Amino acid sequence: MAKAKPPLSRRSFMRAGATSLIAPLVARGAASAQEAAPPDSEESTRAGIQAVLSVNGQSHRLTIDPRTTVLDALRERIGLTGTKKGCDHGQCGACTVHVDGKRVLSCLTLAAAAEGHEITTIEGIASPSGELHPMQQAFIDHDGFQCGYRTPGQIMSAIACVKEGHAGSEAMIREYMSGNLCRCAAYPNIVAAILAAKPKMES
Amino acid sequence: MQPFNYSRDLNDISTDRGMRFLAGGTTLLDLMKLEVETPKLVIDINRNEKLRRIDIGDDAVRFGALVTMAEAADHPEISRRYPIIAQSLALAASAQIRNMATLAGNLLQRTRCMYFRDISYEACNKRKPGSGCSALHGVNRIHAVLGTNDNCIATYPGDFAQAMIALDASVETQGVEGRREIPISELHRPLADRPDLETVLEPGEMIEVIKVPHADFRRSLYLKIRDRASYEFAIASAAVALDLTEGSVRDARIALGGVAYRPWRARDAEDVLRGKPLNEDQTQRAAEVAFAAARPQRHNAFKVELGKQTLIRALIEARDMEV
Repeated sequence: MAKAKPPLSRRSFMRAGATSLIAPLVARGAASAQEAAPPDSEESTRAGIQAVLSVNGQSHRLTIDPRTTVLDALRERIGLTGTKKGCDHGQCGACTVHVDGKRVLSCLTLAAAAEGHEITTIEGIASPSGELHPMQQAFIDHDGFQCGYRTPGQIMSAIACVKEGHAGSEAMIREYMSGNLCRCAAYPNIVAAILAAKPKMES
Repeated sequence: MQPFNYSRDLNDISTDRGMRFLAGGTTLLDLMKLEVETPKLVIDINRNEKLRRIDIGDDAVRFGALVTMAEAADHPEISRRYPIIAQSLALAASAQIRNMATLAGNLLQRTRCMYFRDISYEACNKRKPGSGCSALHGVNRIHAVLGTNDNCIATYPGDFAQAMIALDASVETQGVEGRREIPISELHRPLADRPDLETVLEPGEMIEVIKVPHADFRRSLYLKIRDRASYEFAIASAAVALDLTEGSVRDARIALGGVAYRPWRARDAEDVLRGKPLNEDQTQRAAEVAFAAARPQRHNAFKVELGKQTLIRALIEARDMEV
């Protein structure tokens, strides 16, 4: 599961060693603890569960509250703030990332449930040398944004749209990008950027 | 979101009403953030790989409960043999949600009634049995006109379930008491006095397979009318499947969405069509019968006429399909 191993402190090493065993046990142990705990104490669940998230090829061992979404884990725990929080209810697409190569909404994915899957964010699509992904370059060339807030989600969704084979025409792009809202209404330029990036991605 | 415990251990499944299954999460997580759902224990069933298969057999197509909307919609055999299924899925939600949401979860999605989704409204019989219905005298443009009473006027929001009941599909479930098969037309309870009890599933009972019996349904489609062109729930929809011989209707299946309390099979309208030629007069008659019991509210009376026209257009388009 863990591809690249970040440097480990003794403490995280000890957590890590037991991760696969602990997850279900902690969850069940917390259940009984919580029943006994007074309502103002969230410590039993906050102390949380262990999850190893693989993001852009790097493993991250986290102790998380079960409520943590992939979006919050990325932004608040791992420090990857490129993925944006818009509506936080799966309606706007700002939080779009790829899980195992498919575009999904990180705000509606529990971090615990993402364990064992490969997450790719906007920080992980440029080449190692720093050359932008053709879709990133196309968004710049065609001015596919104004405020830019939901652009990372647009770009992640657009890359998947091309890979799925759903970028065959303007109409198809509009349909298959409908899960990404742009409050600045940069839609025509976004469509132009995707049309331009498509042949470059395919070559 | 209220605290909960997370488990992947299927041995933790119990009949406790505070337990929820986590599949795609697109409904559950949303409602947990709204605190409409406050489970104590969430059981993540996503590691159950045997529920991810699509088996196309001689007598039936069997979809594992965890097959995603996108996987089923993009399956070439499904779209060729059952356009009604592929369309009902492809016209729903967004590409991201279709990659996440599962077929079983789709069947069980909850209403979009804003009074149900917003816990600051005290009255909602679906959330709090006996508290009343805020929508009855509130803003009720998106609400249902079929199958309602004064306890609840919420609309069943899905699309796929209409395709499923039109095709006489069923679900195979695993419950604490054992396995059983339930026709999807009986999965969602008719509205009586407990709108909070939406389905006949028992606590701890999980859908494992969705089974569509084989029949020639190449002449079928799902027509969805929305307030915007994409990524929107139906304001009216019709799932129709026709079996025509020499211009006459041998069999017709009709299910209506966006207008009813639960996935709505219009059997009386089917009876009108059977054995007759399919012309505009006949489709008009079927539509009148389908909406004869409509119960419009202050802001949604338009759905009666829109629903009829949606059905008429769906029937004519299905008749004219080249199969």
